[in-house]
Amino acid sequence: MKAFTYERAKDAQGAARAAAQPGAKFLAGGTNLLDLMKIEVETPAHLVDVQDLGFDKIEETREGGLRIGALVTNTDLAADARVRRDYSVLTRAIVAGASGQLRNKASTAGNLLQRTRCPYFYDTNMACNKRKPGSGCAAIGGYSRQLGVIGVSDKCIATFPGDMAVAMRVLDAYVETIDAGGQRRAIPIADFHRLWGDHPEQDTVLKPGELITAVTLPKPIGGKHFYEKVRDRASYAYALVSVAAVIQPDGTGRVAFGGVAPRPWRVEAAEALLPQGAAAVTARAFQGATPTKDNAFKLPLATRALASVIAQSKA
Amino acid sequence: MKETMPKTDPGALSMSRRGVLAGGAATAAMTSAPAAIAQEAARATAPAPSQPAPTMPVSLEVNGKRQNLTLDTRTTLLDALREHLHLTGTKKGCDHGQCGACTVMVNGVRINSCLSLAVQHQGDKVTTIEGLGTPDKLHPMQAAFVKHDGYQCGYCTPGQICSAVAVLDEIKRGVPSHVQADVSARPQVTNMELRERMSGNICRCGAYSNIAEAMEEVAGVRA
Ligand SMILES: Cc1cc2nc3c(=O)[nH]c(=O)nc-3n(C[C@H](O)[C@H](O)[C@H](O)COP(=O)(O)OP(=O)(O)OC[C@H]3O[C@@H](n4cnc5c(N)ncnc54)[C@H](O)[C@@H]3O)c2cc1C
Ligand code: SF4
Ligand code: FES
Ligand code: FES
Repeated sequence: MKAFTYERAKDAQGAARAAAQPGAKFLAGGTNLLDLMKIEVETPAHLVDVQDLGFDKIEETREGGLRIGALVTNTDLAADARVRRDYSVLTRAIVAGASGQLRNKASTAGNLLQRTRCPYFYDTNMACNKRKPGSGCAAIGGYSRQLGVIGVSDKCIATFPGDMAVAMRVLDAYVETIDAGGQRRAIPIADFHRLWGDHPEQDTVLKPGELITAVTLPKPIGGKHFYEKVRDRASYAYALVSVAAVIQPDGTGRVAFGGVAPRPWRVEAAEALLPQGAAAVTARAFQGATPTKDNAFKLPLATRALASVIAQSKA
Repeated sequence: MKETMPKTDPGALSMSRRGVLAGGAATAAMTSAPAAIAQEAARATAPAPSQPAPTMPVSLEVNGKRQNLTLDTRTTLLDALREHLHLTGTKKGCDHGQCGACTVMVNGVRINSCLSLAVQHQGDKVTTIEGLGTPDKLHPMQAAFVKHDGYQCGYCTPGQICSAVAVLDEIKRGVPSHVQADVSARPQVTNMELRERMSGNICRCGAYSNIAEAMEEVAGVRA
């Protein structure tokens, strides 16, 4: 690990100002950043620890939704009675991810910003445009079973690997931020993670030093909530494919897929086809997909995972 | 479930990515870990190019005792416990959050001490295996592990026991899990629940079913 200096920020804008300096990074739980620092995929010179900023509460909004502080742990978010009652797709997605120990430490903001699990991204001996822009992509033509089938580019075919964000996508969450100049904004989760295009080194639309303060959920939308995660083990493994869904009694609803793209993959025109069944939805959602021979199985798997959700919704 | 933790499945990236890439083939995740650790240890001890590495004072309450340390900022909580406080009960398995051998409780909640910097824990209360019980006065979970043969080599055991104690508390506090049919209901102590909640603790010797039995005994249920 490269040496670094460390500070505990006292206020949000001060934290943003400190993290806007070259080489500085925010530190929340540390479960992703420290992992990557140990193998020198991340090499910050300064860490700005945001644990004392008071962003550890879940509050009701005036619109009838919830504002989740950026530092609320995955465990506390999943266990919140209001989330379990009104947004259980979110509880389900969180408890399907990582382990109990990790969820106790992982924060809401850190989870949204966790980096890809592409194996070549972790291996500093391999070419990787995301880790080292312009160096090439070892996954293209390499081993790509875990990687993306849609929304990827000829520079990078990695996925966003997380679960929580997929549920937040069907809930139409907003990511609230503050920057070094004190400017605040609310970014729709749909626009938060970038498609890789020519710049896979940029995962999200956040600017340097822009601090996530909270994630807000609009008022509850009812329906039955599902998070179906298909993985190589029954627990403690990343998704090959996941489906977050909220299905209404009349068979309409919302669907997003995880494990397939640089961002939670939701196509509104596809979910409109829910009453016609899973195959209709995935045919539209994955139109234009560019799977590799290693990961082409993800397409039928997505259809089957959604079919299972639809069957459960009718049970 | 945990018994099926693949040793050769290249798709299990979180466990085997180094094996896949370093070996050029799907080698066993756990056997590739020591090499990775040695490499990282070498990097961590390499002299800093120009200035000495930054250090900071940290004070922790470990097993009820205040400890004041001055540490390189890079020191993980795990290394602070083992190398600086000589509490070697807590083990280093993978050093990457994947095995659970380093599990300790911080302010009553279990975490992986390998993925946390010591400086993040200024003022925190840390409980390690040494703080749970002593050889003459075992914690009930330690006694139950002995009774039910909840280990073979014992390397994962301190992490398993810290996790097991915390899991029963999590169930009591109503923290939901992946195997609950209804996540808004209160979780119960069932074998399935225990196995799911313990999935962050890997046991190379495969003592899983005995660990679950030890936990059931402590929780006062029989499966
Ligand atoms: C073995 C293992 C298995 C895992 N399995 C899963 C899984 O199945 N599903 C899943 O979804 N996740 C999984 N994870 C990932 C885990 O969920 C993330 O590591 C965790 O959510 C990151 O949160 P953190 O608070 O620790 O982030 P940190 O590591 O502290 O930070 C991550 C990034 O976010 C930035 N950041 C943090 N807070 C802010 C803020 N407020 N504003 C702006 N930037 C910020 C940091 O600078 C850093 O770049 C796994 C992790 C491990 C180690
Ligand atoms: S897919 Fe993306 S992350 Fe993986 S090697 Fe290629 S550029 Fe790097
Ligand atoms: S040493 Fe393996 S999880 Fe920490
Ligand atoms: S007892 Fe040997 S690793 Fe678990």
